Amino acid sequence: MLAVVNLQVHYGGIAAVKGISFAIEKGETVAFVGANGAGKTSMLKALSRLLPVGTKGSIRLSGEEIIALPTHRLIHRGLALVPEGRGVFARLSVAENLAMGAYIRKDKQEIAGDLERVYALMPHLKARHRQLAGTLSGGEQQMLALGRALMGRPQLLLLDEPSMGLAPMMVHKVFETIRAVAAQQVTILLVEQNAKLALETASRGYVMESGRITLTDSSTNLLADPRVRQAYLGE
Amino acid sequence: MDIFFQQIVNGLTLGSLYAIVALGYTMVYGIIQLINFAHGEVVMFGAMIALSVVSTASGSGFPPLAAVLVGILAAIPACMTLGYLLERVAYRPLRRAPRLAPLITAIGMSIVLQQVAMMIWSRNVLSFPQNLPVILYEVAGASISALQIAIIGLCLTMMAGLAFVVYRTRLGAAMRATAENPEIARLMGVDVDRVIAATFVIGAALAAVAGLLVGIYYGLAHYTMGATLGMKAFSAAVLGGIGNIPGAMVGGILLGLVEALGAGYIGDFTDLCQYGIFDAIFQARCADGGNLVLFGSNYQDVFAFVVLILVLVFRPSGLLGERVAERA
Repeated sequence: MLAVVNLQVHYGGIAAVKGISFAIEKGETVAFVGANGAGKTSMLKALSRLLPVGTKGSIRLSGEEIIALPTHRLIHRGLALVPEGRGVFARLSVAENLAMGAYIRKDKQEIAGDLERVYALMPHLKARHRQLAGTLSGGEQQMLALGRALMGRPQLLLLDEPSMGLAPMMVHKVFETIRAVAAQQVTILLVEQNAKLALETASRGYVMESGRITLTDSSTNLLADPRVRQAYLGE
Repeated sequence: MDIFFQQIVNGLTLGSLYAIVALGYTMVYGIIQLINFAHGEVVMFGAMIALSVVSTASGSGFPPLAAVLVGILAAIPACMTLGYLLERVAYRPLRRAPRLAPLITAIGMSIVLQQVAMMIWSRNVLSFPQNLPVILYEVAGASISALQIAIIGLCLTMMAGLAFVVYRTRLGAAMRATAENPEIARLMGVDVDRVIAATFVIGAALAAVAGLLVGIYYGLAHYTMGATLGMKAFSAAVLGGIGNIPGAMVGGILLGLVEALGAGYIGDFTDLCQYGIFDAIFQARCADGGNLVLFGSNYQDVFAFVVLILVLVFRPSGLLGERVAERA
């Protein structure tokens, strides 16, 4: 599905991602954990081509190189990103936000069907479909951002810190939804500071430190690994 | 009362013209936070091109209304092309530059376009062919011309059309999404450069019609006409809340009304004779119902800028600016 080779990201002279390589198979849910500033968000931005200057290496999506594609072509290749801080369009209604998720699609009937499925997954959004997205709570905005990404029928979903700034109740709900999406065979790359939650959701994980991948294993093994337990699980 | 009603009609005519020009400023500002100072010149080009075409068409035997129609059909695509070229040549290369760079470029483009227009159409004041039938209606003591009704009607129709595009179509949703967050819009598959170009082109189409209507309304066109008109429409956009589309419509019409009422009454209010206290000094002038007017209706242009200053001092976000607060 996704094969990354020697990805590097620079901001000016500063390297945020120092040459990482990894691969994700179709249908997998993979977690990237690590502290603040480890380069996780930079990696996601590079994958979604939001940092056209300063990205080097190779990113293959379903076998095709995407490192030279402009961001707006990526959704055509099935790649969607739910960015850090959610990024819903605050002055658009909930329904308009979801419609933007299906912006490149022309199949009206199937869009309507997908909309029903998203609303079934997040019934509280349906009740508020005419409300401006900016008036939703943080958790609801996170759900909306997730629903909006699903409206593009992504094959690979990149999630950046979906738990950030949410109340524990909402975190639980958001991750329940992520698992439901994963169960529908959508490949998910999950970046999370909450390592325990991320590894419990994903089947395997990568640990990032200072722009490099320092550890990779199945989630079960990582959760049991003393280094991970000490550094990221607070034990 | 009849003067009041007359000025309301004049104000609505002027205001609806300001509104469609103000929309061009506000749409561009909303989407790339640039004040496109060359927008007034696009209006001027619309007027000039329309004038050339209408004159030629009238000269070769077109009936007056048909000539105007041909003028509009020529001015709209010409201005749309101009708007597209402005964006493509002058602003797109500066997309990632500091905000001051495109702003200064806009002022530069405004000067360039004025000079080009001067070279094409000379520095003389040109007059529109005065062959449209003048039809006047007397309503409540005011005389309303068919032209005024046509201007108001056409402008309101265009505003409704624009509102439809912005709030009910896929392109409009992409425009609003881009205005709010271009990066996220890109992730949704929006080709942001094309949406920005479309915004310029739509604004320029409105400007073309405004140019033709202003030209016909005053019967004149001049290569500097875009400057004052543009500044007033910009004031209207700021009054409504720059970046806010309904705001530009409301701001334009309000500004037109303020200007017309101001011009209509400033003479009365600044007539020193009516205040009595100056009688002793100006006895000779004030005797037998004479008057001594300080400011006449030629001060009309001042009102727009007084409004601009008041808005910037007391409500910089404008009447309708930024109503939705973003929650974390």
